[in-house]
Amino acid sequence: MNLAEGIRFVCTILLSVMMIGAALGVVLFENIVYSAFTLAGVFMSIAGLYILLNADFVSAAQVLVYVGAVNVLILFAIMLVNKREDFKPVPRRWVRKGSAALVCAGVFALLATMVVKTSWPTDLSLVPPVSAVELIGEHFFSDYLLPFEIASILLLMALVGAIVIARRESIVGEETALVGETPPPVLELPERPREPVA
Amino acid sequence: MNPGIDLQQRFVETLMGYGLSPGAAKAVWLPLPLLLMLIGATVGVLVAVWLERKISAAAQQRIGPEFIGPLGILAPVADGIKLVFKEDIVPANSDPWLFLLGPVIVVIPVFLSYLIVPFGQNLMITDLGIGIFLWIALSSIVPIGLLMSGYASNNKYALIGGLRAAAQSISYEIPLALAVLAVVMMSNSLSTVDIVNQQSGYGILGWNLWRQPAGLLLFWISALAECERMPFDLPEAEEEIVAGYQTEYAGMKFALFYLGSYVNLVLSALLVSVLYLGGWDFPIPLDLLAGLLHISPDNSVLQIVTGGLGIVMTLLKAYFFVFIAILLRWTVPRVRIDQLLDLGWKFLLPIGLVNLLMTAGLKLALPFAFGG
Repeated sequence: MNLAEGIRFVCTILLSVMMIGAALGVVLFENIVYSAFTLAGVFMSIAGLYILLNADFVSAAQVLVYVGAVNVLILFAIMLVNKREDFKPVPRRWVRKGSAALVCAGVFALLATMVVKTSWPTDLSLVPPVSAVELIGEHFFSDYLLPFEIASILLLMALVGAIVIARRESIVGEETALVGETPPPVLELPERPREPVA
Repeated sequence: MNPGIDLQQRFVETLMGYGLSPGAAKAVWLPLPLLLMLIGATVGVLVAVWLERKISAAAQQRIGPEFIGPLGILAPVADGIKLVFKEDIVPANSDPWLFLLGPVIVVIPVFLSYLIVPFGQNLMITDLGIGIFLWIALSSIVPIGLLMSGYASNNKYALIGGLRAAAQSISYEIPLALAVLAVVMMSNSLSTVDIVNQQSGYGILGWNLWRQPAGLLLFWISALAECERMPFDLPEAEEEIVAGYQTEYAGMKFALFYLGSYVNLVLSALLVSVLYLGGWDFPIPLDLLAGLLHISPDNSVLQIVTGGLGIVMTLLKAYFFVFIAILLRWTVPRVRIDQLLDLGWKFLLPIGLVNLLMTAGLKLALPFAFGG
């Protein structure tokens, strides 16, 4: 085992441990903010594994999209809402936890047997491409054109939906307070009643 | 193309001359460029801080640091030493782990991005295929650290500062990426070395500055917003939210934020010089000069001079932009949050898209000038 292989081996172990630990953290932390931060750890470890697999572009894209955009937005939403709420302890909570753990263990066993039983084609003679970006681009515009375009339409739909939800047409200048009478403070953005879409 | 000096090969060969195996020699070499770059980045920050103090003084008709070393050049060092010896305060009811992790997550990606900054044909840590994309990806991690420190401080101003930082960096990442994409489209590569090589050959006339004037402006405005420099320093706006996410920090943790912001500024300036001002390229093509003086390109003195000039040129161009950033900071008022978001989404984003489209069109129409 030379230097490069040793580093690769140690990195694989380290990244896997990090990823599993962080993933467990996402599920097991009571505080949702911690879960969101450990989710970033999961994404980063996956990016590290991509680097070990010679997929540097995919790895950078993983960091950019999942850590830089998705995770930041999740955190942003959590912190903007920031509702400190103590939940009432649910009676017989252990039943729910136990069944969830059982289902998870079942799925894990299923996937593990799948991984072990399948004979993966390992072609060690395959040389990683020099420029992965060009290869990915060529695939996007030839044999993967349809999934690529469908994904972009999906994103467009999400965009339009977000704008529709976010665009509140608030009413300005319709205060009905009488003189000498303080109206109760309204803590909501006034919204114009919307006609139901036929 | 002149390959220039290959320090790694020389170093490894020298060590092998002392009887080391090639593997061991390479292992000794590996940490050296990293260490050099770390030291270089830190010294770059010290210079930037000194410039900031001197230029701000000049802008306000003061003298600025004067007695600590000649021209007050040791003032930033004194600042750093002071911060090292300060008490490390963790506020009560804060989240100690996240409070510690926040500044660390802010600083590490910024330093990592120096991986791709070239100072010469072979004078960089590594010529990655994804090059400039790595920087964009890494810089998107920073807001997580800011949100983390804002949340962990248990202070409403800190939280507001963290949220502002995240909103700002998300909105300005898109025009930044679009500006970079136009340059990448012209050079057919994400690698910073290829981007510089595509601009070299014609001296100052070949630089991307002339082909991408809108891109340069776009990139620089977005980079300033990403660095949270003055016209866009809402996350730490003193008059509104004390110091934003840094409010509760003291001592070395505060120093990490401080260091991170200046390292980021110098890094952005370096990347402007790489993307738009031809990186290490001299304004007059050096091959031409050497040809006029009848010096062969294999001359070792010429190679050393070329390498040294490359470093000097890169730094000169970068510090010109640092100078502009500092001057802007002390002369321009801060924008409001709605103006900031309007500028990002309604002005820079459409311009970035148009710029990209025009670059693509010009590349098809005039392949000789826009990298066919």
